[in-house]
Amino acid sequence: MSDTHAQSVAFVRETAIPAAPPPSRERGPIKWMRDNLFSTWLNALLTLAAIYLVYQLAVFALPWILNGLWTTSSLSECRDILQGETGACFAVLTERWNQLLFGFKYPSAFYWRPGLAFILLFIAAAPVLFFDLPRKMLLFTGLYPFLAYWLIWGGPLLAPLTALIGVVAGYLVYARFVKDNFAKGLAAGVVAAVVVWIAGGYLTELLAPNRPILPAVQSRDMGGFMLNLILGTVCVSLSLPIGICLALGRQSNMPIIRIICVVFIEFIRGVPLITLLFVANVVLAYFLPPGTNFDLIIRVIIMITAFASAYIAEVIRGGLAALPKGQYEAGDSLGLDYPQAMRLIILPQALKISIPGIVNVAVGLFKDTTLVSVISMFDLVGMIRGPVLASTEWNGVYWELFSFAALLFFVVCYGISQYSQWLERRLATDHR
Amino acid sequence: MTTVTDPPAESFRLSMLLNDTRYRSLTFQAIALLCLIAFMAWLGWNLIQNLAAAGLDISFGFLGEPSGYDINQRPIPYDSQSSHMRAAIVGMLNTLIVAGLGCITATIFGVIAGVLRLSNNWIVRKLMAVYVEMFRNVPVLIWILIIFSIMSVALPAPSAFRGAEPDSSMLFGLIALTNRGVYVPNAIPGAGAMVVTAVFLLSLVGVWAYRRYATKKLYDTGQLLPMGWPSLVILIVPTLLVWMFFTLGSGTPNRIYVPSDLGGDVSLEEYAAEQGTINLCSVAGEPSMAVAKRRILRAEGATLRSETYPNAQAAAKGFADGNCDMLVLPEEAAASLVGQSAELTTHLRRGGPFELEVPYLAGFNFTDGVQVRGSLIALWFALAVYTGAFIAENVRAGIMAISRGQSEAAAALGLRPRRIMSLVILPQALRVIIPPVISQYLNLTKNSSLAIAVGYMDLTGTLGGITLNQTGRAIESVFLLMLFYLAISLAISGVMNAYNNAVRLKER
Amino acid sequence: MKTTLILGTLTAVGLTAGAAAAATLDDVKDRGKLNCGVTTGLVGFAAPDANGEWQGFDVAVCRAVAAAVLGDPMAVEFVPTTGKTRFTALASGEIDLLARNTTWTFSRDVDLKFEFVGINYYDGQGFMVPKALGVSSAKELDGATVCIQTGTTTELNLADFFRVNNINYEPVPIETNAEAQQQYLAGACDVYTTDASGLAATRAAFEDPSAHVILPEIISKEPLGPLVRHGDNDWGDIARWTLNALIAAEEYGITSANIDELANGTNNPEINRILGTEGNLGEMLGLDADWAKRAIKANGNYGEIFAKNIGESTPIGLSRGLNAQWTNGGLMYSPPFR
Repeated sequence: MSDTHAQSVAFVRETAIPAAPPPSRERGPIKWMRDNLFSTWLNALLTLAAIYLVYQLAVFALPWILNGLWTTSSLSECRDILQGETGACFAVLTERWNQLLFGFKYPSAFYWRPGLAFILLFIAAAPVLFFDLPRKMLLFTGLYPFLAYWLIWGGPLLAPLTALIGVVAGYLVYARFVKDNFAKGLAAGVVAAVVVWIAGGYLTELLAPNRPILPAVQSRDMGGFMLNLILGTVCVSLSLPIGICLALGRQSNMPIIRIICVVFIEFIRGVPLITLLFVANVVLAYFLPPGTNFDLIIRVIIMITAFASAYIAEVIRGGLAALPKGQYEAGDSLGLDYPQAMRLIILPQALKISIPGIVNVAVGLFKDTTLVSVISMFDLVGMIRGPVLASTEWNGVYWELFSFAALLFFVVCYGISQYSQWLERRLATDHR
Repeated sequence: MTTVTDPPAESFRLSMLLNDTRYRSLTFQAIALLCLIAFMAWLGWNLIQNLAAAGLDISFGFLGEPSGYDINQRPIPYDSQSSHMRAAIVGMLNTLIVAGLGCITATIFGVIAGVLRLSNNWIVRKLMAVYVEMFRNVPVLIWILIIFSIMSVALPAPSAFRGAEPDSSMLFGLIALTNRGVYVPNAIPGAGAMVVTAVFLLSLVGVWAYRRYATKKLYDTGQLLPMGWPSLVILIVPTLLVWMFFTLGSGTPNRIYVPSDLGGDVSLEEYAAEQGTINLCSVAGEPSMAVAKRRILRAEGATLRSETYPNAQAAAKGFADGNCDMLVLPEEAAASLVGQSAELTTHLRRGGPFELEVPYLAGFNFTDGVQVRGSLIALWFALAVYTGAFIAENVRAGIMAISRGQSEAAAALGLRPRRIMSLVILPQALRVIIPPVISQYLNLTKNSSLAIAVGYMDLTGTLGGITLNQTGRAIESVFLLMLFYLAISLAISGVMNAYNNAVRLKER
Repeated sequence: MKTTLILGTLTAVGLTAGAAAAATLDDVKDRGKLNCGVTTGLVGFAAPDANGEWQGFDVAVCRAVAAAVLGDPMAVEFVPTTGKTRFTALASGEIDLLARNTTWTFSRDVDLKFEFVGINYYDGQGFMVPKALGVSSAKELDGATVCIQTGTTTELNLADFFRVNNINYEPVPIETNAEAQQQYLAGACDVYTTDASGLAATRAAFEDPSAHVILPEIISKEPLGPLVRHGDNDWGDIARWTLNALIAAEEYGITSANIDELANGTNNPEINRILGTEGNLGEMLGLDADWAKRAIKANGNYGEIFAKNIGESTPIGLSRGLNAQWTNGGLMYSPPFR
């Protein structure tokens, strides 16, 4: 058959024609553009509009940035040099960077201390954020709060040391007693820690050296971006345990505890942060015992922590609700009591799925720390609106300062939200 | 062999409070309650002590006192002699205004950006991503300050509109964009305004009824009636006819009177150009005045000032007293003026159901029209773009949450892409999108308390701002402030819960 | 674990916190620092300089009190306060003395339970307009847009002024002085109103101060002075007489230059009593004999403080006017030290 066929056909190609390149409109950048930019006339219109927008922005912003001056000592000098041309006066940043980052009262000789604390923050946060890192690094995370406190506030080393020893003692006692009963362990641990703190408090006062290794800095001397970072990290870390307790309380089947938690959470979530800051600023003092007097920063930390914990509680409640009922029943059927079931089965899973939500709350909270500028604290925005813009030299430099502030926040928040997205992808188990 | 025996019936022992699960929860609750009560009592005791030491008291009597300050944006009548209570109400209304406007605009921005983020146009997709990330990752306070600075520095001051060769001019001759805000024309209702409005509302009902009928017909018989143009006709034509009826057949035209020593017998435009400045005796809320003012403003080189009177008699008297040099009246009302005045040749129509009152520059500021203040715009716009970025993410997530199979199934049924979107994807996506969007509305409302940074007089600016400063009643003011926001939040949460219950998949 | 952070902070930082109740003097001495409330930044009156040191007219009062009580003019903790927070800060004991150009009014004195210890600056609310506007009197401001800094008596005075004169205006409330300047310079308001001293300070910071005029009308009386809480009269006396000592020092010619010389004794018994070489005035106040000497030495007498911070040789360029000594036709008048 095939032979006859071969003879009847004049020519049979025995090798495949080498693949011709696709037509030029179907490959390379042209195809990409046809697919992605000009697929329909509406798309083409949108593309042109977008390009025009980008062009306008570039024409507007580029000369301003490129002509920017970095080394003058005042705005009027900037204006003299620019002679009416467009150009930014970034000199305000080079001259006032320390005030913007650290506030105007933090002693400039000690800038390395918050700087170091900031760098160490990454090392401390790493094992929490990335599960693959060696677990031993968590030890440093545990030490970090005390170290950071000592670095930033300074003063006698004994104060954070006492606090640390108190925690360690509390933990040891807790570990000893938790075997018979969680409640007993917790109570004993708390008592042990408090005893150590009180004893240590007296000791610290007695033994406090006249010239501590790191001289003390008052907390009202904190300012600038550092204050935002301090408020953000302190309040988020403090609000985590409180948030967990509130979430568990809200899920609890004890009506009174549930009601207390619900009322607290809904109240806090129902009012704007700024009213809570007003409370910290103008009202809280009336509710404290006569004669006590916290720094404004501590009152603000209390209120922001309360605010954040309500939001974190809701995130964790979502995590708790997302766990299949079987997990709870499994805990019960193993004969675990409530604290054991929570500690060993429920919370580890619930917290893991809540991490992206918690990170979102953290980002939101970090951004909200700028609100303290409204109650006369000199955070980054407060520094800009207050001392820097009010000074004779830099009166009238708005764009440079606000762009700088926006950039700083963007870098931090975008970084965190990218992490959160990475984590979500990693935790996502439903592949579609 | 083991014998199963019932445990002996135990009598209640004190240790059972801690060890017996039946009683333990009671113990815990009692302890929690006691702690809470003790805490509250401690706070209350401290408060009493502190107030006693300072010689102060808690009293809401200050709300009845005259406030003593002025507010620029007043949705209800208010002056410095009104009470602090009324100032607080003005603040509440202002909060609701900016929150309402912000929510609407944020939804528009959010939906557009969210849908465009899924567009297959690369550059648009990227631009929208930039928009979303830029606004989500920078504090809203910074955005409010930036946009407020843009408003006040980039837009021209009203004085730039002055003079023969002004630096700035009004948009279409109707809208003035200034750094004090945007001035837009105001519609003055005249004769027949009610009828026109009623007809328009009826046409809306008509459109709805027609579309319902067409849909029913489609489902019952498969016959497809045109939807687009009949709707448009029903919507526009009746209203237009009524409008024209009232505009054309609106009584005798108005006459324009000027003092007899300034001449007459010229048209309005010629007279205005000759005089330069026209001082008009106008009647408040009268549509014919809007017509007269528009024509004067259009005249070459004329500037307008106006004295406003409550009614035509008062205006005529003001004109007779020489307070102004032009009066617009119907012929029959002007009988008393004969002898003192000359008449222009122009006869003005009396004005239709709605006449646009165009803002114009007089003195320091624009008058007439509606002023949308710069602080409102800055806050509104900043909140809208900021919240819009979050809503965009919700919209995107909602659309992406619909499994691919749904759109593929719809495509397999032969639906066109547009119909797939409107009939299959959106109804399901909305269920996912709306709850987080409502909580974004809640956030926007709460963020509107940052009005204080731009001087917008919302509740935080009045009750929590000037009232608190002037009366020193910090506890009371902050308490009321929180109560208000709490009430709004609970209302919005209530709406959200009701919605969630309504759209929940009906299972089992 | 995290709870310790706050406890640690409380123990360490809270150590600095002191009781506010009765004897403020003892608290201040125990603490070794005077907590003094100032503005968040008004050049000339109280503003941190480039080094973060607070400078200004109100700041000098704080330093003088600190010098009198603690012997060290630098032993002051400055607490920036806004119009909203200042009274709570004082009432709650967060600050011992408020020197934040605060107007002495009846309701603040009586209803808010504060004690004004004197007047360090006689001010009045004025208006600033761009020269190009061609306005020469505040009565011509019908329909104008007015920028006001909120949280002061300014709003009330403004409302009263325009109501009495039956003219319209549009108030634009602004939170900080810097933002008010921005709005005013951009033309978002026609007029900027605040205390005349503040106007002068603000105008001094402009690129072209001569393009702006301060209108002649002063629409209110604004006696500005430091204040303390009701109820602790001893502390009030210290603040009051420190201020009086500064004023009297100018009257008697005691300056920071000649004070050491005069402190060796002069033939003027009043000077001797002030400087503690005669009598026991310091003891009556609960301080030592040199209290006033230290207070005056800290920044000089009233006239020197004025000249250094807001006087005619400074960019702010205020003339003494009402704030001249009574011997020169002003209102500064210290009761006798006797």
